Amino acid sequence: MSLRRRIRNLRLIDPVSGKDYRGDLALAAGKILALGEIPDDFQANEEIDGSGLIACPAFLETQFQAHTPGSGLHGDLRSELHAAAAGGFGSVVLDPDTAPVADTPGVLYQQRAAAEAVDYLRVYLSGALTRELQGESLSEMAALAEAGAQIFSQGRQSVADSQRLRLALSYAADLGRTVFLWPEDRCLAGNGVMDEGPLSLRLGLAARPQAAEEIGVERDLRVARLAGAAVHFPSLSSAAAIARVAEARRGGQVVSCGVSLHHLLLSAEDIGYFNTHSKILPPLRNQKNRDDLLRALADGAIQCLTSQHVPWGRETEGQTFAQAPFGIAAVQWTLPLALRLVEEGSLDLLQMIRLFTTGPAAVLGLPPPSLAPGANADLCVFDPDAELQPSATGFSRARNHPYAGWPLRGQVRYLFVDGRLRYCSAAG
Amino acid sequence: MMPWRMGEGDPQRDAEGRLRNLLAIEGLREGEILEILDSAESFLGIGERMVKKIPILRGRTLVNLFYENSTRTRSTFELAAKRLSADVLNIAVASSSASKGESLLDTVDNLLAMQVDGFILRHPEAGAAHLLARHLGERAWVVNAGDGQHAHPTQALLDVFTIRHLLGPISERVVVILGDILHSRVARALIHALSILGCPQIRVVGPRTLVPPELQDLGVHVFHELEPALTGANVVYALRMQRERMDSQRLPSLEEYHRRFGLSAARLRLAADNAVVLHPGPMNRGVELSAEVADGPQAIILEQVTHGLALRMAVLARLAGGNP
Repeated sequence: MSLRRRIRNLRLIDPVSGKDYRGDLALAAGKILALGEIPDDFQANEEIDGSGLIACPAFLETQFQAHTPGSGLHGDLRSELHAAAAGGFGSVVLDPDTAPVADTPGVLYQQRAAAEAVDYLRVYLSGALTRELQGESLSEMAALAEAGAQIFSQGRQSVADSQRLRLALSYAADLGRTVFLWPEDRCLAGNGVMDEGPLSLRLGLAARPQAAEEIGVERDLRVARLAGAAVHFPSLSSAAAIARVAEARRGGQVVSCGVSLHHLLLSAEDIGYFNTHSKILPPLRNQKNRDDLLRALADGAIQCLTSQHVPWGRETEGQTFAQAPFGIAAVQWTLPLALRLVEEGSLDLLQMIRLFTTGPAAVLGLPPPSLAPGANADLCVFDPDAELQPSATGFSRARNHPYAGWPLRGQVRYLFVDGRLRYCSAAG
Repeated sequence: MMPWRMGEGDPQRDAEGRLRNLLAIEGLREGEILEILDSAESFLGIGERMVKKIPILRGRTLVNLFYENSTRTRSTFELAAKRLSADVLNIAVASSSASKGESLLDTVDNLLAMQVDGFILRHPEAGAAHLLARHLGERAWVVNAGDGQHAHPTQALLDVFTIRHLLGPISERVVVILGDILHSRVARALIHALSILGCPQIRVVGPRTLVPPELQDLGVHVFHELEPALTGANVVYALRMQRERMDSQRLPSLEEYHRRFGLSAARLRLAADNAVVLHPGPMNRGVELSAEVADGPQAIILEQVTHGLALRMAVLARLAGGNP
């Protein structure tokens, strides 16, 4: 049973209407009851002073690896959702790349049971597009859909064979679900561990040229058009590839793309002397491409932002750059990292909120998260001015992130899901 | 260890900026290289003495930790340490714990528990020596004896030592590096060393699959034809050609490579009079060099080995804090 709450003196930003105004918020029965002018007869069990705080719908993470099911060494749903809530997220989509892979209904039922047991944030499931994500044989997509797959996904695996991709997308199109694809020319990418460029030459590391992603996007766009499927590229790194997606959208194709905060905040130079905490897929690109990405962001060519959460446990530390696994686990600091982009002028606050709320919801086929009366009380209430330095270790089981000690601003104060308080931080 | 800060700072230096480890040539100062080269000159004489031993590292224990096969590098490091009176532990991990799944850092922690002072590490992966140096911090020092395709600083130092010893200052010599630059830690290290010492022209030459044009970012002149690259050169440095480059289709065959880029006596005549020929070994006769060149008067490949010993003595003495 959720409380009747009143939060006073908030700045309210609604991504659906685009309205930005001051007022109170009344929550009851898991819904937003009223905002702005609250009816005189509203009796709250709890009142919160929201002075200096901003309220918006809770964020939605499209790229979330919680290793559930998995060994537990690299975190589980409980630890990783806790980190996500602190980052401003009320919902996540689980990656299908679990152990075992989410390619059978049994795995999805297991994930659903785990989510219910944890009972914390909203958890959406993805079904693997192909068995074991190998890109060879179709998974039983209808059964996966019945088991609750919100989308189908190839995780971080591209499909090498274009004909098989066409068939998988055609089959998925029947079931009315968006397919997340990982576009890459696998042979050209080879076993590269960082972007191909002057730094990979200097460090002597095997490299993945940016062209591998651009070829992958071109091929996947054309195949998706043949198949008539709606596709989403959850994490692109090439500004040229994003321009291609924008062009396809203008041509009427149902396609969208996301970019991770890491690709917007970091570049290949952040690898420095073999920093494995900056090792991700797609790899961090050069500074010029990063500038182009920020421009694409400002131009509205990107539909989703993501923290692309991939935690790795302590057992994976102490490895060389080539051996270390790909991924950054920084979901806990999503809000302040995103606010940094706002502070730098790369996008405004409303745009940023949309890229974490209405943008991902549209991709997933969910109703747009809003602050309108009657909407679910999934809310992120944050202090945009609180100073915050990410620590090396947070709520996640993992500490593979390069942001420790960054001077940031912005902290989630209250995170509600269905009107229930899921995360609360003390005012600094 | 602070793994969350592992990309920051220069693990080669201590908090005061002094050279604490030797991990790569990149980042060394000209003065530091010259000091090491000068010190190697003075160690060169020790090999000619009846008693080839001095007590600079008496009581110290060094570990030769090799995760890859090596003859020259491993044995010259061992001899260098012994001539400085250190105790040396030779560990070839390719055939021991790594195959049992023990990580580099776990192996090193065990060795550290035996109270060793320094590590000489060769590893097949780039960045392994940096990883080890960060892990060790103040506890022991590290010399990188080759990490993947990244760096091989003592090889570059012995190469510039050899050039300087025989031809005089590097700043007056045109150097050609010939072969598989892309996959070569030797070439990378040598390019940095030559640049720091003011070499007026560094040329790299080989097929585009092994010598990508982007190498010019390192400040070198890129050639894909041997003859113009050789013209007027004072030093020709031929790299070893690995058979696996054929397997990965970067070259059609070793024979074709030799036809295009093999250093023959006739081609060598395009270089300056008295040009010298170096090779890091092991050499494939009839691939990188013709036998005539390899055994000819201009080849100084064995001098490189002798100099390597003196140079490695100088490096070990410097890191362990002693002087000749």
